[in-house]
Amino acid sequence: MDQSVARRPGPEQSVAVGTSPTKSTRPVERVTPETATGDGRPATATALTVDMRGVSLTFQTRDGTVEALANVNLQISDGDFVSFIGPSGCGKTTLMRIIADLQKPTAGTILINGISPEQARLQRHYGYIFQAPALYPWRTIERNVALPLEIMGFDAKERRERVDRYLKLVNLSGFERKFPWQLSGGMQQRASIARALSFDPALLLMDEPFGALDEIVRDHLNEQLLRLWDQTGKTVVFVTHSIPEAVFLSSKIVVMSPRPGRIIDIIPCNFPRDRTLEIRETPEFIKIAQRVRAGLRSGHSYDE
Amino acid sequence: MTSSALALPAAPAWRTAWITDRAPVFVVVAVLMVFWYLAAFVMNAPQVRDAFERNDVKYTLIDVIAGTMDGDRPIVPAPHQVVIELYDSILGYPLDSPRNLAYHAWVTLSATAVGFALGAVFGIVLAILIVHLRTLEKSLLPWIICSQMVPILAIAPIIIVVFGAIGIRGLLPKSIISAYLCFFPVTIGMVKGLSSPDPIQLDLMRTWSATKLQVFWKLRWPSSIPFLFTSLKVSVTISLVGAIVAELPTGAQAGIGARLLTGSYYGQTVQIWAALVAAAVIATVLIGIIDLIAKWTARRMGATP
Repeated sequence: MDQSVARRPGPEQSVAVGTSPTKSTRPVERVTPETATGDGRPATATALTVDMRGVSLTFQTRDGTVEALANVNLQISDGDFVSFIGPSGCGKTTLMRIIADLQKPTAGTILINGISPEQARLQRHYGYIFQAPALYPWRTIERNVALPLEIMGFDAKERRERVDRYLKLVNLSGFERKFPWQLSGGMQQRASIARALSFDPALLLMDEPFGALDEIVRDHLNEQLLRLWDQTGKTVVFVTHSIPEAVFLSSKIVVMSPRPGRIIDIIPCNFPRDRTLEIRETPEFIKIAQRVRAGLRSGHSYDE
Repeated sequence: MTSSALALPAAPAWRTAWITDRAPVFVVVAVLMVFWYLAAFVMNAPQVRDAFERNDVKYTLIDVIAGTMDGDRPIVPAPHQVVIELYDSILGYPLDSPRNLAYHAWVTLSATAVGFALGAVFGIVLAILIVHLRTLEKSLLPWIICSQMVPILAIAPIIIVVFGAIGIRGLLPKSIISAYLCFFPVTIGMVKGLSSPDPIQLDLMRTWSATKLQVFWKLRWPSSIPFLFTSLKVSVTISLVGAIVAELPTGAQAGIGARLLTGSYYGQTVQIWAALVAAAVIATVLIGIIDLIAKWTARRMGATP
């Protein structure tokens, strides 16, 4: 159980241990190194990208206190593909915004690569992809992808190289000079993925990135995303409503339930990294999907 | 479209399109002209009839109609009289003569341009401050609104006198009055424009840990451009009105306002109307210029055609 803690570098460990609950109250859903490296990579390469302990978020409304998140404990290892799944209002987006330092928890501790979310944000450790592509309409595709690079002070030559590389990676070569409105929704979302990748963050936070797309495009992008994850070795945190999407993409599925937002199950899911859409017909796939559904049901997520 | 294309088979397509596009405008102008001539007849007829009767001249309806269309000091001059007056007063005198309407228009136009530039810059700066310092919104906005409720006719002489006392005369005081009027729509429009970015777009900037300055130049400013041009179009006409108004209470020697004033002193209604038409033409041209710049900018910024 403590192997991963022991493996982390010294300073992080002291911070984590010093501020986290005692061992006995350790989260039951914590991920063991075995599941984290189920893709067969050596366990020694594992380091924690996200380490959340006792994270809660409450806010006051006119109708009283709302518990958006209650005592969330979650460890995400380097190279994981973790999906948050749950009904609306279960706090999965909030959890991701906390990781991204777009929102502050009211209790608990979080470390991203061993530092605070704010430091991680300032050091640009992650790329965030929203449900909407949110491309800037007055910039061409290439200038949209170059925008974070401009902000981070990359020189023009480096910007051009990276834009070319990442537009190629998301199959958008040839669309450099187009404006966003000239592209389909799926292409726009691919451009926004290229934008998030452009500065090469180790962690990708994806908030229902394909939620607004039709299923055919979504399947296609899921496959592309999987290949991209395999090629780049990035850690991905992915929010979704869709059970098949979560099972297909993830190395780990975090099942959440609302009122208060909490984690009710963490399901390891280790299909080979070069999986294709066909695995969705296999018994293993269906079994994991059933477990996800059972988890959602036990969390009374189907009440409404 | 189709029917007119069939009716004019010889006309090239672009010309047909040009005519059909503008047909509504021509129709409105024609209707306005009819009403204007009717109004000229109705308003001037008593005056003309009185004149005939005073001199014991026998007259017919035709005489009255003719009289209402070419009087020296009609109550409502007919359109052609205004056109003739415009033609005579622009081309009949050298450009630097105070009798030339173009000279007066130029005086007002230069005050308008300076006032508009001052007002636009001031309005934009104010909006930037308000958007970035929320306390300023509460403390400044009531004063900004108050400033627009004070009648400009009351303030204009004060500004002229104060500036005159410290030796500043001519163009600048007029421009300041014009700027005083025209900054307001720019401020209101730009506060809205600079706050218009989508929350997601702002969140993105935050995830890239962009500085406030970067957020401004790369997100807020480009987002506000459509709002900027809309408010500039409103504000440019206001700045022209401001410049004319500034010429009225100050006994200015030149400018469209001065022309209006002398026209009304001497009952030169045709001259007044000509000056009004000149002002309207200037306003239209100014809006047209801003519209062109707006369209060009929109194209550069990838607007949907």
